[in-house]
Amino acid sequence: MQSSKFAPWDDPDAKPLIRFKNVTKRFGEFTAIDNLTLDIYEREFFALLGPSGCGKTTMMRMLAGFESPTEGVIELAGQDIAPVPPNKRAVNMMFQSYALFPHLSVWDNIAFGLRRDSMPKRDVEDRVEEMLRLVRLEKFAKRKPHQISGGQRQRVALARSLAKAPKLLLLDEPLGALDKKLRQDTQFELMDIQEKTGTTFVIVTHDQEEAMTVASRVAVMDQGQLMQVSTPDRIYETPNSVYVADFIGDVNIIQGRATQDGEETYRIDWAEGQKPLTAKSSNVFSAGQTCHLAIRPEKVAITAERPEDAANAVQGRVHDIAYLGNLSTYHVELSNGTIIKAQTSNTRRISRRTFTWEDTVWLSWTATAGVLLAN
Amino acid sequence: MSRLSWFNTVSLTLGFAFLYIPMVILIVYSFNESKLVTVWAGFSTKWYGELMRNDAFLSAAWVTVKVAVLSSTFATILGTMGAYVLVRGGRFRGRTLFSGMIYAPLVMPEVITGLSLLLLFIGIGIERGVMTIVLAHTTFAMCYVSVVVSSRLVTFDRSLEEAALDLGCSPAEAFRLVTLPIIAPAVISGWLLAFTLSLDDLVIASFTSGPSATTLPIKIFSAVRLGVSPEINALSTIMIGIVTVGVISASLISKQALVRQKRDEQAAARVQ
Amino acid sequence: MRRFFLIAIPYAWLTVLFLVPFAIVFKISLSDYAVSIPPYVPQFDWAEGIMAFIRELDFENFIFLTEDDLYWKAYLSSLKIAVTATFLTLCVGYPIAYGMARAPEEWRPTLMMLVILPFWTSFLIRVYAWMGILSNEGYLNQILLWTGIINEPLTILNTNTAVYIGIVYTYLPFMILPVYSALDRLDGSLIEAAEDLGCSRAQAFWLVTIPLSRPGIIAGCFLVFIPTLGEFVIPSLLGGSGTLMIGKVLWEEFFSNRDWPVASAVAVILLLILVIPIVLFQRNQQKQAEAEQ
Repeated sequence: MQSSKFAPWDDPDAKPLIRFKNVTKRFGEFTAIDNLTLDIYEREFFALLGPSGCGKTTMMRMLAGFESPTEGVIELAGQDIAPVPPNKRAVNMMFQSYALFPHLSVWDNIAFGLRRDSMPKRDVEDRVEEMLRLVRLEKFAKRKPHQISGGQRQRVALARSLAKAPKLLLLDEPLGALDKKLRQDTQFELMDIQEKTGTTFVIVTHDQEEAMTVASRVAVMDQGQLMQVSTPDRIYETPNSVYVADFIGDVNIIQGRATQDGEETYRIDWAEGQKPLTAKSSNVFSAGQTCHLAIRPEKVAITAERPEDAANAVQGRVHDIAYLGNLSTYHVELSNGTIIKAQTSNTRRISRRTFTWEDTVWLSWTATAGVLLAN
Repeated sequence: MSRLSWFNTVSLTLGFAFLYIPMVILIVYSFNESKLVTVWAGFSTKWYGELMRNDAFLSAAWVTVKVAVLSSTFATILGTMGAYVLVRGGRFRGRTLFSGMIYAPLVMPEVITGLSLLLLFIGIGIERGVMTIVLAHTTFAMCYVSVVVSSRLVTFDRSLEEAALDLGCSPAEAFRLVTLPIIAPAVISGWLLAFTLSLDDLVIASFTSGPSATTLPIKIFSAVRLGVSPEINALSTIMIGIVTVGVISASLISKQALVRQKRDEQAAARVQ
Repeated sequence: MRRFFLIAIPYAWLTVLFLVPFAIVFKISLSDYAVSIPPYVPQFDWAEGIMAFIRELDFENFIFLTEDDLYWKAYLSSLKIAVTATFLTLCVGYPIAYGMARAPEEWRPTLMMLVILPFWTSFLIRVYAWMGILSNEGYLNQILLWTGIINEPLTILNTNTAVYIGIVYTYLPFMILPVYSALDRLDGSLIEAAEDLGCSRAQAFWLVTIPLSRPGIIAGCFLVFIPTLGEFVIPSLLGGSGTLMIGKVLWEEFFSNRDWPVASAVAVILLLILVIPIVLFQRNQQKQAEAEQ
């Protein structure tokens, strides 16, 4: 029976396509990947997300076969892939620079990998035509890479790496070279193609919005380690650390001391002369333990009067307003100097905005709005 | 600055006059009727005729071309390998010595290179002739080829090779199908450079040739030591003509390629 | 395995045909002259071993070089000629490179080609061209006599002046190209900034253009100086009997006197002299490459 929701990572019987087992990779003194264990399942769209130098590209190059792990084992469909050279792996890669062969036409670029497999000529032709249709480039088959636009080059690179129908497709910052508008369109196209072909995609990116949009699961990396591996919504709503909360989207972090105050409820003393805050959390804190309350700005309400029923409310002065078109972010300075961000939708015209600079306002949020984190 | 100041105009005019007048005079006087090269006695092509009948020059020219083709081809193969080792070889024992041996011949006085090779050939008892000149020319020309090719390889996007491996090429196939076609212009200009160097060389050829093999520069040198002769002028004119046609057509071809690429890129930008 | 062959083949080639010959030159420079074929007595015999070699090591040929003033005069005169000629080439080449860098964009490829063209033309022919110009009844004297500037033909060919002209002429492209590429990279707004800050044209040139084109000047000077020091063709065709250059001495020692041990010693010393500018040149190039990254 097929479950309605695609979530093999929650199924204990599911066999992963890729398995990193305690993989460490060192370059001389530098440890790029530090004892990392990870499963990726078939038909997943998996994103490796992190700042540059976090080791995400090294992970990808180990999968492609351009690097080999210093310690640990990488399995593809249950087989250790360490002894398999890159040209013998059922894994293809789409390079950040696209790496299109400049001396070959679009057609020949896509056919390149198929010809290496000594596929019959007719089959090569059929497959190339199919790929050209998939990326909607039939008209450009005869062109050379420098004769087409950046977005088209990106699609040729995708078609070329998909042509051999790999078990696994690696995408290294696939949209990095495109401008913002084109990037957004292409993200949906990528998801479409992934769904159509049923190929497992592993994408490397430093753009959190991109990772959240395209991926079924996201792995947030830092300094060669996995910080959190989960679905985009869980990463956003319930980050497991201040690092992840801070890396993904905008967030207010309030540091304080937790005291249990009822079932899964804590009182947080966070500043002299300020009323304690209340937050619900399934994480357990001992009395007086340092904690961090992470609240997304859009979960903070901004009002002129003190709201009656709010679990948490603080008063402050509007310090700055960032107008983003559809949204406005208010930077509100509290009496102790802390700045808290609150975001509201601009449903009204800007000239009729309720608050302006130096206004005294109330910020409020519920007990479940934030996440209470130990570190 | 779209217009040249008078100073720049003067320096460019004088500079190029200095570079080209000697050659122009040489060419003009190759069509001189008189045996006395410094006295103009009317237009004639008789010295070209004389040259064509001079078997010694013709056979020397044949030897020179043979040596140049062989040595530049060997030099291109060895030099491309050398460039690959320099840029992609990674670390290996004796890497410093290797790069030293690639760069040293570029600045080595020819008399020393020639002398040392001669002593080697005598030491191991090889009879001097065409083969020894080819060996000598291959050795110093391969270093020039290495420098030309390695400067291209340095800017070569490595992910192209990785993409070829990723799509199922063996390393040798990746080189043949991807790397070589892309660096081909550098390899070809390396070959041309090696060819010209070999064609031009007097000193090293003098040391390493034997009585059985005389190259054109050796022949010209022994002739001009005795003074200026109209026959040499004619020969020089032919050589200058060949080089000029070669260089100009090469630069026109590369300019055309550049223009075409620019036009394509503009067209591509419009498509977007 | 493949990588091993890739490295081994060019490595072996250069070792056998470049490194070993130098070892032989060095070895023969320590041998004695003998009237035989080959005309030297081997000083080093593997059978006797290294200790015997060191014990009997004699620097006779080197001592001979210091005693006969022909040699050290030749070294000194080569150095003098090379330094002077390099300076002259710079003086001639810099204005040309500067003019090229200031020329309209669309001319530059053509100007570049015009500089490179002589470089591809036979060296020997370019030197030979000057023989007809500089001789006593040559074109230069014909013009000067005709215009009445002089009454007697000037003797230029077979003097050091002719050698200087020949060197400047043949090595000019080596000076122009690196200087031009340095000047071409120079941002024109720097000059404008200097003038904006109160420099005169000449001051801006002296304080901004010259220092910023220095790497090109240095590279050009080394490219002229190093090969000039061992030059053979120019002094033997344009120079006279009074022109002493070490390349020519080596050639004559070898082909005319057939004294191989002394010729080898001359080569070893020339090489030692060259090591310093070569190392300096390499360092300059490296520094420039690092600055560009």
